[in-house]
Amino acid sequence: MQSAYGGRRTSMNIVVLVKQVPDTWAERKLKADDKTLDRASVDVVMNEIDEYAVEEALKLKEAAGGEASVTILTMGPDRAVETIRKALSMGADKAVHLSDEALAGSDAIQTSYAIAKVLDTLEYDLVICGSEATDSRMSVMAALLAERTGKPQLSGARKVTVDGGNVKIERQTDNGYDVVEAPLPAILSVVEKINEPRYPSFKGIMAAKSKPLTTLTTADAGIEADKVGLANAPSQVVEFSNKPPRQAGQIVKDEGDGGAKVADFLASQKII
Amino acid sequence: MAEVLVLVDHVDGAPKKVSYELLTLARTLGEPSAVVLGKGASAAAEKVGAYGAEKVYVCEAEELSSYLVGPHASVLAKLVQEKSPAAVLLPSNATGKEIGARLAVKTGGGLLTDAVGVTPELVAEQQIFGGAVTVQSKVQTGTPIITVRPNSTPPTEQAGAGTVEQVTAEFSDADKASRLVEAVVEAKGGRPDLGEASIVVSGGRGMGNAENFSIVEKLADTLGAAVGASRAATDAGWYPHQNQVGQTGRTVSPQLYIAVGISGAIQHRAGMQTSKTIVAINKDPEAPIFELADFGLVGDLFNVVPQLTEEIEKRKG
Ligand SMILES: Cc1cc2nc3c(=O)[nH]c(=O)nc-3n(C[C@H](O)[C@H](O)[C@H](O)COP(=O)(O)OP(=O)(O)OC[C@H]3O[C@@H](n4cnc5c(N)ncnc54)[C@H](O)[C@@H]3O)c2cc1C
Ligand SMILES: Nc1ncnc2c1ncn2[C@@H]1O[C@H](COP(=O)(O)O)[C@@H](O)[C@H]1O
Repeated sequence: MQSAYGGRRTSMNIVVLVKQVPDTWAERKLKADDKTLDRASVDVVMNEIDEYAVEEALKLKEAAGGEASVTILTMGPDRAVETIRKALSMGADKAVHLSDEALAGSDAIQTSYAIAKVLDTLEYDLVICGSEATDSRMSVMAALLAERTGKPQLSGARKVTVDGGNVKIERQTDNGYDVVEAPLPAILSVVEKINEPRYPSFKGIMAAKSKPLTTLTTADAGIEADKVGLANAPSQVVEFSNKPPRQAGQIVKDEGDGGAKVADFLASQKII
Repeated sequence: MAEVLVLVDHVDGAPKKVSYELLTLARTLGEPSAVVLGKGASAAAEKVGAYGAEKVYVCEAEELSSYLVGPHASVLAKLVQEKSPAAVLLPSNATGKEIGARLAVKTGGGLLTDAVGVTPELVAEQQIFGGAVTVQSKVQTGTPIITVRPNSTPPTEQAGAGTVEQVTAEFSDADKASRLVEAVVEAKGGRPDLGEASIVVSGGRGMGNAENFSIVEKLADTLGAAVGASRAATDAGWYPHQNQVGQTGRTVSPQLYIAVGISGAIQHRAGMQTSKTIVAINKDPEAPIFELADFGLVGDLFNVVPQLTEEIEKRKG
């Protein structure tokens, strides 16, 4: 028997990478002094697409008749615990939180190094990331981790099928999709089309409080301190400026000639 | 002058416009060398000399067509090692970013994505937080690997030697880990690529159903534009998901963006806010899309859009 969520496997270990990000609705800023994201002064939430990653892991677990474990892995400051709890309340089993001052200001390359180090300490068949974090918007984590771990990269998945020791995805492309296949263990990233994340239930929220949460420092994970953090970053912001918000232009009400009015505007801009 | 490697994006030998844009940009940074990989690479190689490529590195190894991104990063890594380029430029689309990411790990270089400009000092300009903040970033270690957004540099022709050099590469097991089984094309053909188009016309929930999208398509076709959609429209199944514009869809930065029946939620804005000129057509005067429109028309799209299409046809003569 094989469902969209896979055939039977004996106990599959799934790690979901979850990032805490500033709320997209909040005004996001860079700090004047070190030009890094101001994470302290804004409301924070779980990176939206990471909810889909958690959901996909939970679905895979359900399809395996519960014979799987879902571990949340987050790198971030202390307050990222709130986000970890949310993922646990959705139904994940346990969590690892990598938290250390030394990591502050790390860029994507350094983050992938640190996360790969933590992955080395875990057993996993699948690592699932979101396709993109709303703060960095780089969409590179799955590729970076695949390169570092030597495991297959299955990124941009809008559908995932695990069958025995293989995983197959539909990878969203600009004009359709690619079918991509690889043996487990593999590094996966998912797009928001893939599922509809569940809301944590009251029971889930209560249960989350007592689920195992391991906090690691860089030293615990064998991360070399001089390879992470702002001062050692391979790429840095040298300057930034806040652009004045876009000004609203001319607003016109349709009085039967709206189409012509738009055409006039396009002509005035030399577009037509 | 040091070489600047440009990864050419092409479909079976036909380079995409972004490739010419990157070569044009590379000319301001050093001596442009095009890197053309995969099926049809030789055909594409003939075309890039016209945009200033002095050297053209070609590799048509079968692995480049049958495995996801790993082999591409390996060929580039080999070239970085042999040629010590000043920088590597790649198109800032999903695949370009992933190749760049793997290349950065392989070569120990720094990675900058979504640049909208690069100075001769190799400082990249990026627009973050939906265009609210402009940053200048620099790679501090190794070869700078920079992905550049389409529509960032107007492409101009300039003859280059275009000397072709075949590259051979060996691929590790890790390069061949993710097998491409099949490429399925779902998009409707004939219109420009959403990411590259200089005009985009997008429809949202206001379109009401899939059939009505033909109203947007007609307007797009008179303008030679690509068609986009809001998530509300793609979720409803009215238009294909690959046409979604926004935070979790495509990021577009055209000369002109026309939003039809789209409210302008923050996630939608994230994908179109940096468009040069924005026009919105919406019946609700309070719709947030009007806050960023250069020209807003408050009215019923079913009256306004067909009239607009007709007007444009008329004026084209
Ligand atoms: C994780 C996440 C990711 C997301 N990613 C994206 C994304 O990538 N892209 C995206 O677009 N959204 C995204 N969204 C969704 C976003 O929040 C909005 O829900 C969505 O953009 C709304 O689409 P809309 O503007 O078409 O619909 P609505 O907000 O319903 O707006 C429809 C508009 O049409 C107007 N209208 C109706 N009828 C007519 C008519 N006859 N004539 C003129 N105007 C009319 C209405 O006045 C209204 O303003 C995301 C949300 C989440 C949570
Ligand atoms: N600090 C982090 N901790 C955990 N997961 C992360 C972190 N940064 C990025 N990720 C994961 O990588 C994905 C893509 O992020 P990015 O490449 O930065 O756009 C996110 O959706 C997360 O799943």
